[in-house]
Amino acid sequence: MIELKNVFFEVEEDGNKKTIIQDASLTVDDGKFVVITGPNGSGKSTLAKLIMGIEKPTAGRILLDGQDITDASITERARMGISFAFQQPVRFKGINVFDLIRLSAKRDLSVSDACEYLSAVGLCAKDYINREVNASLSGGELKRIEIASVMARGTRLSLFDEPEAGIDLWSFQNLIHVFEDMQAHTHGSIVIISHQERILNIADEVVLLRRGVIEKVGTRDEVLPSLLGIATDMTACAKYGKEA
Amino acid sequence: MIDEIQKRILAEVADLHEIPIGAYNIRANGVSAARNTTANIDIVTKTDKSGIDIIIKPGTKNESVHIPVVLSRTGLKETVYNDFYVGEGSDVTIVAGCGINNCGDQDSQHDGIHTFHIAKGAKVKYVEKHYGEGDGKGKRILNPGTAVYMDEDSSLEMDMVQIKGVDSTIRNTTASLAAGASLVVRERLMTHGEQLAESSYTIELNGDGANADVVSRSVARDDSTQKYVSRIVGNSRCSGHTECDAIIMDTAKVLAVPELAANNVDAALIHEAAIGKIAGEQLVKLMTLGLTEGEAEEQIINGFLR
Repeated sequence: MIELKNVFFEVEEDGNKKTIIQDASLTVDDGKFVVITGPNGSGKSTLAKLIMGIEKPTAGRILLDGQDITDASITERARMGISFAFQQPVRFKGINVFDLIRLSAKRDLSVSDACEYLSAVGLCAKDYINREVNASLSGGELKRIEIASVMARGTRLSLFDEPEAGIDLWSFQNLIHVFEDMQAHTHGSIVIISHQERILNIADEVVLLRRGVIEKVGTRDEVLPSLLGIATDMTACAKYGKEA
Repeated sequence: MIDEIQKRILAEVADLHEIPIGAYNIRANGVSAARNTTANIDIVTKTDKSGIDIIIKPGTKNESVHIPVVLSRTGLKETVYNDFYVGEGSDVTIVAGCGINNCGDQDSQHDGIHTFHIAKGAKVKYVEKHYGEGDGKGKRILNPGTAVYMDEDSSLEMDMVQIKGVDSTIRNTTASLAAGASLVVRERLMTHGEQLAESSYTIELNGDGANADVVSRSVARDDSTQKYVSRIVGNSRCSGHTECDAIIMDTAKVLAVPELAANNVDAALIHEAAIGKIAGEQLVKLMTLGLTEGEAEEQIINGFLR
């Protein structure tokens, strides 16, 4: 179980204080599938980074199973069982796909084990296993390798930052299967940042974030009308209108 | 404790300690310790200066020559001249490793001067590994000089590695290519402590259809200094590419000096150079997998220098 208690995240911009996350409190129970949604720039990625420890809150506490992890490093949190799939996967010169999966799994992984993770994300494993995780891979390929690396970790809390972006060539249904499989295997919780209605549809809980504030937490049906009701935010309307 | 980088490199230079298959000449502390020749590959000691001639008969296929050098005595300084004559149409692998173990107070130095005469249509793979160890105050110095003369349609692939333990190295490589000749160079270099490494290439593309691809990847750590000079001269209808990609760390210094000279309207030459520190996002990504910052750094460097 991960808990955020009155979390603030503020940055200085041109000498002015800017609040990115304001007084966020949230509980994600074990085995839950939670989607964080909201307009662009509402602080969704920041919230996920605060949980992973990539950013540190300026106030408030973060607890994992009751243990205060606010001051724990990224490495410590990773070892405690938190995983993070980046919105924009990082490229490496020289590190190949197998290395990345092997490092993720933290065990002596055979090539065929690694291939299973790649197949699960719809990549023909033998074509990719020795490829470098560099600019020669497309955005969609990198995205799927990123998801495979989080699958290989098999941790109790997995965070995905807009996993659907750039996977147009791969069916959405498969992505959803990946999440369902993960949950069945790890019995852990999955937190996804997404705009996609099809992902919202399978969420146990939807968290609506707007201008750094958690406006609503509830089922999809409870939250979606609030989101669509934000008439001033044309970006969100256009996005949801199109996807619906 | 042996880290992953060292382990890998030890494994790479380990063939220095085995008796290789095929022709070989093992030089230890200034003298020839063992030699083997084959029906097609002859090794002859020079009479005018220190060194050997390696003569490979035309048409020799799938054979190898190992000429490792080991220095384990402190204060030994030598200059060795090795000349390779690779016969027409042959296809061979040449492995030249040099390992210095200097536990003493005096400097140890090996300057290997290699000259390659590669005849028409011959194909050569050349592997050179440099490694130093020992905790003495004496420096470990390697100054290799390589001159390559390539006849028509010959090809040479040079794989040169210096990862650890060499205090000072000044490497100078020149090559001249006739029509249709092809040269590929892959250099991997890591410096640490107060080490100094200089590597300069001058490649002359003299014949139509000649091509060269020179790529250097390096990591400069601690207070070390690296200088990379790459000069490609296109005198014909030819193509040349040179690339220098360096990771800089701590208080190291890296200088990359590209130089392209086109003396023919059909010469197509490209240069790329990039120097930068390890990207923060790369470290963060590996830390989200449970690696410490130090382990993440090691993985990134290990991959980069692979």
